[in-house]
Amino acid sequence: MIRHIRVLLAAHLRDERRAGEVGLVIIPFGLVALLVIPMAVGIDTPLLDRIGPGLFWAVLVLFGTVVTQRQSATEGDARRDLFTLLGVDPAARFAAAALAGTILLTVFAVVVGSVTMVLYDPTIPGAAWLALIVPLACAGIAMVGTLAAAVAGGLGTRSSLAPLLVVPISVPILLAAAQATEGLRAGAGILRWILLLAVVDVVLALAGVLTARPLEES
Amino acid sequence: MPSPIVSLEGVAVRRPGALVLRQVTLRLEPGESLGVFGANGSGKTTLLRVLATLLRPVAGVGIVLGARLGTGEVESVRPRIGLVGHEPALAPHLTLAENLHLVADLAGIARERADAALVDVGLAGAVDRRVVHCSNGMRRRAEFARIVMLPPDLLLLDEAHVGLDPEAALLVAHVIAEVTGRGGAAVLVSHERERVAALISRAVRVHDGLITGEAA
Repeated sequence: MIRHIRVLLAAHLRDERRAGEVGLVIIPFGLVALLVIPMAVGIDTPLLDRIGPGLFWAVLVLFGTVVTQRQSATEGDARRDLFTLLGVDPAARFAAAALAGTILLTVFAVVVGSVTMVLYDPTIPGAAWLALIVPLACAGIAMVGTLAAAVAGGLGTRSSLAPLLVVPISVPILLAAAQATEGLRAGAGILRWILLLAVVDVVLALAGVLTARPLEES
Repeated sequence: MPSPIVSLEGVAVRRPGALVLRQVTLRLEPGESLGVFGANGSGKTTLLRVLATLLRPVAGVGIVLGARLGTGEVESVRPRIGLVGHEPALAPHLTLAENLHLVADLAGIARERADAALVDVGLAGAVDRRVVHCSNGMRRRAEFARIVMLPPDLLLLDEAHVGLDPEAALLVAHVIAEVTGRGGAAVLVSHERERVAALISRAVRVHDGLITGEAA
């Protein structure tokens, strides 16, 4: 199973590197979303400082939906059938897709986060904690997206239903990540929010692995 | 007497809202190549997916390569089934070689077999071409390279001759002959009987989810 995950993960990432949709389309579009807000609210530095982190997380969740949906779309029905006949466990396919989504989302978050720091100049003491918070949040969003794509794919409505499933289920992730960031800014405790992110990730990982086969066979 | 490759007795398959296969009874012996004909939407592809163990019957008894459909037994026989469907099972941004290497890696066999299979199907000069830049015929050949690389005991072809030039059609005939020649079986689904008549030993017709008899 580990070998299958490794092989599929490499194929996902190579396919994305060649297609360039995350790097050439989704990241620039996310940056545009970040640029539009200062234009809309004007040069109000205290306001931008206040809303910057929240906007970053909102952009990450919304565009993360697109990233994970694109990930799931690369595996069409014919390839899914092929992998089944090759004896690849659906849980291995879930793990590979979720890992690939996590890596792509983390890259997306680093780029978008860097631009957020420049444009909004938020004051975040202890920003090093973000090195833990961001990957945890990205993993959660990626797993939600992969799970939602599997559910929507089974219903034959992958393109339309998946985003509607991802955004509401991502609320605990968005909440925990945003509150952890606010906690850093306020100098308050953030461990409970990091713990919530970790628990959500574990629950999603278990749900993904345990439901992969039933979802495929449904 | 050898066991049949496929034995279906009264098999039915339901899709949301309707039965798409009804009371299907079919037997396929070693060495046979069966043509399945019928109009679009008649249930041909559904039948093929049942034979591929990818769809679970809601009624009847089905046995494929000794494994009973709808049970965990099918997992052990799936690697012995070769399916070439409507759409190629290829990653569009990977090269032909990378696609075959991916299958080899997942199957746990040497990548050299993938390289040799690509040569066998006449794609030696295109191994580094990305799938998005390949013609439909080349994609079809790559699908057959996978079959050559992992020789199945049950070969299932869904309109697999579409888009093939005469040389590639010979390749399909060769692949079918290889499978049936060593005691396997092949099923060719098509709505164009003339295209596959020379490749099959017998034929059935599917109409509205029912096998209506041996095709003339």
